[in-house]
Amino acid sequence: MNDAPLIEPEIAARVLAGALDSGGEFAEVFAERRAAMGMSIDESRIESVQSGAGEGAGVRVIGDRTTYFAHVDGLDPADLERAAAEAASALRGERVEPRPLVAVATTPQPIEIPPGAVPAERKAELLRELDERGRGAGDEVAQVLASYAEARREVTVANSEGLFTGDDRTRTRIAVQVVARRGDAVETGAETLGGHRGFELFEGDPGSIAAEAAGKALTLLDAGPAPAGSMPVVVGGGFGGVLFHEMTGHGLEADHIQKGASVYAGKLGERVAEPLLSAYDDGRMPGEWGSDAIDDEGTPTQKTLVLDQGRVVSYLYDRLRAERDGVASTGNGRRESFRHLPIPRMTNTYIAPGDAEPEAIIAEVEKGFYAASFGGGQVDPATGDFVFGVSEGYLIEGGRVTRPCRGATLIGNCLQALAAIDAVGSDFAMKTGICGKGGQSAPVGTGQGHVRIAAMTVGGTEV
Amino acid sequence: MIELADRAAQAALGAGASDAEAYASEASEREVRVHGGEVESLTAATERGLGLRAWIGKRVGYAYGTDLGDPGIRVIAGRAVEAARAADEDEFAGPPAPSAEAPAALELRDGSIDSWSAAQVADLALVVEREALAADPRVAGVEQAVYAGSADRVAIASSTGIAGEYESSSCYAYAQVLATGEDGTETGLGFDLGRGPAALDPAAVGREGAARATAMIGAAKPDSRGCPVVLDPTVAASFIGLIGSGLCADAVQRGRSPFAERLGAEMGSEALVLHDDRIDPSGPASSPFDGEGIAGSRTALIDGGTLRSFLFDAYTARRGGTESTGSAGRSGYRSLPRVSTSNLVVATGALGLDRLLAEAAEGVCVTDVAGLHSGVNPVTGVFSVGASGRAIRGGELAEPLREFTIASDLISMLGALRAAGAESRWVPFGGSVNTPPLLIGEMTVAGA
Repeated sequence: MNDAPLIEPEIAARVLAGALDSGGEFAEVFAERRAAMGMSIDESRIESVQSGAGEGAGVRVIGDRTTYFAHVDGLDPADLERAAAEAASALRGERVEPRPLVAVATTPQPIEIPPGAVPAERKAELLRELDERGRGAGDEVAQVLASYAEARREVTVANSEGLFTGDDRTRTRIAVQVVARRGDAVETGAETLGGHRGFELFEGDPGSIAAEAAGKALTLLDAGPAPAGSMPVVVGGGFGGVLFHEMTGHGLEADHIQKGASVYAGKLGERVAEPLLSAYDDGRMPGEWGSDAIDDEGTPTQKTLVLDQGRVVSYLYDRLRAERDGVASTGNGRRESFRHLPIPRMTNTYIAPGDAEPEAIIAEVEKGFYAASFGGGQVDPATGDFVFGVSEGYLIEGGRVTRPCRGATLIGNCLQALAAIDAVGSDFAMKTGICGKGGQSAPVGTGQGHVRIAAMTVGGTEV
Repeated sequence: MIELADRAAQAALGAGASDAEAYASEASEREVRVHGGEVESLTAATERGLGLRAWIGKRVGYAYGTDLGDPGIRVIAGRAVEAARAADEDEFAGPPAPSAEAPAALELRDGSIDSWSAAQVADLALVVEREALAADPRVAGVEQAVYAGSADRVAIASSTGIAGEYESSSCYAYAQVLATGEDGTETGLGFDLGRGPAALDPAAVGREGAARATAMIGAAKPDSRGCPVVLDPTVAASFIGLIGSGLCADAVQRGRSPFAERLGAEMGSEALVLHDDRIDPSGPASSPFDGEGIAGSRTALIDGGTLRSFLFDAYTARRGGTESTGSAGRSGYRSLPRVSTSNLVVATGALGLDRLLAEAAEGVCVTDVAGLHSGVNPVTGVFSVGASGRAIRGGELAEPLREFTIASDLISMLGALRAAGAESRWVPFGGSVNTPPLLIGEMTVAGA
């Protein structure tokens, strides 16, 4: 674990004992310290400079199939014990003794340049570079809006089964949005760069993302309306991985499965896709946006094969749901902060590279749609209905990518669309995303190479 | 708490700010989730924090924290001043001046938010689930039935003499209901909101979720075409929220709104009358003053087919040479105030739902949309979003439809708006919106 726990083991033990004072099968205290800093550039001016810090803890007790949860700001031992008493107050059983705590060491993701130690002026320079690169991309670039954000989260987890562990997480991210204008036509392009990394993330050529965002916006100035109807769709690499995140990842989260609110319920061991498709959730990928040493219940993160040559081989579990299914947690118990209960969440989810050349995947399509990048997506795991907003899309005509399209959305149903994936590219890239579920947001990585779906509905305006 | 805010503003002046504004908030929250007739989780919590905006001349910075003792406040003050030093000068930056008029007196707190016991609110959530299960034999389960409530207190104090404090409470209940037919599972959402649990109708929440889920059984894709579309209030609210965002002056002044050049312009239809009303006594987002202490008001945005006004905070008002409309929003002490809508209120029209459908004749009634965060370009207003709902045939609701998109752009949609329905409700989507169903003359539907 990290060198200095946020709460001493003796205090954690007292809080856990208090939490089980009226019985219960399991108690946990999750302590967190967070420091964040951000700024943006707009109209070539550095603004919205802000920093914040906070610490607090959440205490939960599980008894009689109910989770009782209380959280407090601050880490004052008296407040923590009050939270434990509050969480325990609805239970009416006999006192239970927690097991003695045993510290478990973890290895946090290495951070070379802690962003907190970098002067604000250096971060402002980075934003000015993004602004200049975006504006330099063409005369039709009207605006560049860029933001920088860093956050450090130190966590300590202790539970009644004797676990005492922690993690130290630093995430850094920049995002650029470019607006291009030609007469009345206005288009936008966006790009991000982020990781579970320090300021070393920006050692390469961070300005290139501004050029890429500008390139997308400028390309779209020549766009026509998107087609409407069912056709073959090729999805680009990188953030295209949000396809698998929505179509399959959410449906494999064990809370949806156990409530019968997932189209993947009862599908363990079954084939749902062609053998060319394998996919992972991997919370240990070095430096990736969705990586941590442990999840927010203290379980070490792991690489989980979820789809093995088209067959469902694992769901994604936190402790509570794993216990219910009599399996081990897969290290996917994540929470937005100490103010939230952990729930099964993805970390970095990706489709493993296949053996098709991206150009060949497109060349085989006579008439179709190329979704080079998405703005995001959404799924209802219970019905399997999903939707993706296309941020950069093109027509495919005669095996070639032709004119750009604006305003397209892809829509479909998980199991049908997954089964219709008939090519997986050998290229591969990871991108950063912010995933929302149950009112909690979490940093997640998504990845894939080019992927083709034999038929999918494109929702444009050109009928 | 006003003393705390005042002390913090003073601390920022002591740390080198030329002006300062402190926002302090305190909340006590409770949430119950039930499933299968049992309480799945019960959460009780208090939250308290402080956000401090510091100006050094024409530079502004922000810092927040939860350590509210004097040393903690000094740390926050130091960081806010440091943040201001890192910002560039902005000729329009500066602290808001106090409002000329006194803020409206509003009763925003319901006693039942505190007086109801944990067991009572758990029962309320259990009633939601039970009613959903009992409503129709095709209801297979309730993924989640939830009650959540919060009692809040907010105080703002500034070096320019702004000083205000208010209390409010809010709560909601919802159910995500599952229904099964031959082709698989359908979901339906039921919800209600109020200032306290006593104001909620849990049985209606359960029945609404069940009705929405069962109505979707057997749904198929519609044919792709352009046709009249009726948006039910939950869907209309999402679009009204997008329009509201485009009417915020920061987006307008920075050329990132489809409405930027349209003040005073005809919208092509007189059917939509839209106000932003922070002081509506029934509004979930009501407050006597906004996120920087300026008195709340009711602002006509679209009326008589014309775009009447944008929404302004102190900064955008100074930049636009006008007065603040009291539209600085905050999503808590951790966020900088920024222009946002409060309660968006759409005026009701003359037609009940049946006559609205008759008017549409042949088309689609949309009851749910998905993918709004990625399917809408807020700068251009162009959108294409996932939808489900019912066919309209011969002026009546017909078979259920799913897996299609509706596409248009906000300006064209407003121009094509033919009628607003007669019955409205508060909806927590798109911010806080009160709207009836809306009939759009034509939109592109993409399905099979």
